[in-house]
Amino acid sequence: MSQLDDLKNAIKGRLGELECVIGWEQGYDSLHATPLFIRSEADLDRLIIGPLAVHNLVTYLTGFKGKKVGVVVKGCDSRSVIQLLNEKLINRDDVVIFGLCCDGVVSQRKIRAALPADPGFVESVEIGASDLKVTVAGQAATLRLSDVLADKCLICDTPDAIVSDVLIGTPHTPAPAASLACQDEFEAKSDAEKFAFWQETMSRCIRCYACRNACPMCVCRDHCIATSRDPLWLSQDNSPAENMMFQMVHVSHLAGRCTECGECERACPVDIPLMLLRRYMNRQVKDVFEMQAGKVLDQTPPLLTFKVQEERINERGW
Amino acid sequence: MERFITKENLTRLAEELAATHRVLAPVATCGTVTFRRFQPGMALDLHSRMAAVSPKAATFPQTETLLTVKSEIPEKKPVITETLPQGKSVVIGCRPCGARGKLIFNPVYETDTTKDPYFILRRDNTVFVSLACDRPETTCFCHSVGSGPADPDGSDVLLTLVGDGYVARSVTEAGEEILKSALFADAGAKGKEADAKNEKAREMMGEAHDYVSAPAKLLARFDDLDFWAAQSAKCISCGACTYMCPTCYCFNITDDDQGLESRRIRTWDNCMSHTFTLEGSGHNPRPTKAHRLKNRIGHKFSYYPDLHGGVMACCGCGRCIKQCPAGVDIRQIVKAAQEYSE
Repeated sequence: MSQLDDLKNAIKGRLGELECVIGWEQGYDSLHATPLFIRSEADLDRLIIGPLAVHNLVTYLTGFKGKKVGVVVKGCDSRSVIQLLNEKLINRDDVVIFGLCCDGVVSQRKIRAALPADPGFVESVEIGASDLKVTVAGQAATLRLSDVLADKCLICDTPDAIVSDVLIGTPHTPAPAASLACQDEFEAKSDAEKFAFWQETMSRCIRCYACRNACPMCVCRDHCIATSRDPLWLSQDNSPAENMMFQMVHVSHLAGRCTECGECERACPVDIPLMLLRRYMNRQVKDVFEMQAGKVLDQTPPLLTFKVQEERINERGW
Repeated sequence: MERFITKENLTRLAEELAATHRVLAPVATCGTVTFRRFQPGMALDLHSRMAAVSPKAATFPQTETLLTVKSEIPEKKPVITETLPQGKSVVIGCRPCGARGKLIFNPVYETDTTKDPYFILRRDNTVFVSLACDRPETTCFCHSVGSGPADPDGSDVLLTLVGDGYVARSVTEAGEEILKSALFADAGAKGKEADAKNEKAREMMGEAHDYVSAPAKLLARFDDLDFWAAQSAKCISCGACTYMCPTCYCFNITDDDQGLESRRIRTWDNCMSHTFTLEGSGHNPRPTKAHRLKNRIGHKFSYYPDLHGGVMACCGCGRCIKQCPAGVDIRQIVKAAQEYSE
């Protein structure tokens, strides 16, 4: 049986006790998936998995507080589940985790760059083991999956769900941790170059807060300080400075919490490479606290606890 | 008036106009196409893809200073200065749907009793040079909301790509003025080619969906929160859809105070946000995303057309569908209400 059939069977067995199971189905065209809320066996027929199933569905979990739901997770998504559990933002008993062994998902931005015409003109998509055959505006193109994988997949060391009630698929041997070339290149730039880059990039930002709302760890939701009037932290003016200020707030609130699922960057309608900020922050957290969010269950996040003397912050030895 | 302009000359036209106008044009930065303030030397990107954000900002900027307040000394009466928009603007290379968006503003921003001087001034001082679409995207549905890929409504000049340039047709007097530039040549027989291309583009869109029953059918679901909870399940309640939308016209007004100076700004607001209807008392009549999505869809396809002669507050550009992080499809939701049976 295929991985999808196994998954459908597993969900079928638990559906009766759950409010719904969150998975994916085909979206508005053959190149795009969309979240699917499975409430009946009939809904199950629409379930898909694979490289187009990009969304981190864990984002929806906190919205189901008090109800028992199921969620289908890739390896990266499972880190978000762990982090929510570690922060006691969800109850383990309230969630049934259908874990996948994942071979990676696409970056729609990379697909857009690789296709001979705008992906909006897509006519058909065929998903192979190592390539995507896409017909767009009458032209056929074969894209190697490895060329259009999301950045996070290129350095993924958790392809299989770390926490799950049922794990579906053949487990991988995780690759060793690696760093991303585009990140290293960016960080090697001078402060002046980085400033100019953000100045330009943040002038595109329209403060729609898709980055914030797509984030599984952004649990303040309706009570974010970005839209609070009293106290007033941020102007509604969408100048590059205010936009960057919001991103700084966002990234600071995610210190020690961001699981690098990349949803903020994926959600951005104007393609702002927000993960440059996240990965930088995560590297600092890793250096100081020797911790990566969402990797170990039952671990207290470093900023939710207090030590008189942190081992790697030399406060008293000056 | 019908003229022809080469691609090269269109860039030159933008450069010429930039000397006297604020020119907004689609420009690609790192693969992202957005409307930018065009400066000579920049490359126009009319064809790689539809701009991510609509050209709405030309007539309705995301941040608009309404007035400034300045006080020399705290005891003295502050000086209040109204800051009405100055100068003329040209939008080059938007799609007809983007140019049409501002028409939806008109019955709201200019009525017998209420006139919004900021919008009206910008609208009357902005010329839209639109480019007809030659192929529909999977998210396009302009033909279902009373428009089409070569709709002249809302544009001042309509361009149609023919060969290495564009057949340019004036729609308004302001558009005719633009066509007087020496950069345009005689269109000759190219006009017929343009007609054929526009006709073909319309055919490619297929049959239009009929939204006539939508206002009543959506109203019938007004109290059915289960329906809206199901429809909004995947919505993450961000504002991408409203900010991308050429027709969403809601705004917020806040004061930016700095010392003895203050600026009253009007900024885009979005009905998918919790604070949109949050009242001073703390009560919120739209506490969940289901309430908010119901309002967004209802406003566009029911309340607005009921008030304004059946016109949908949507120009079918599809940005809210393709830019939605969760792939919420407004067409499906309206259809679900239309097809709903007890």
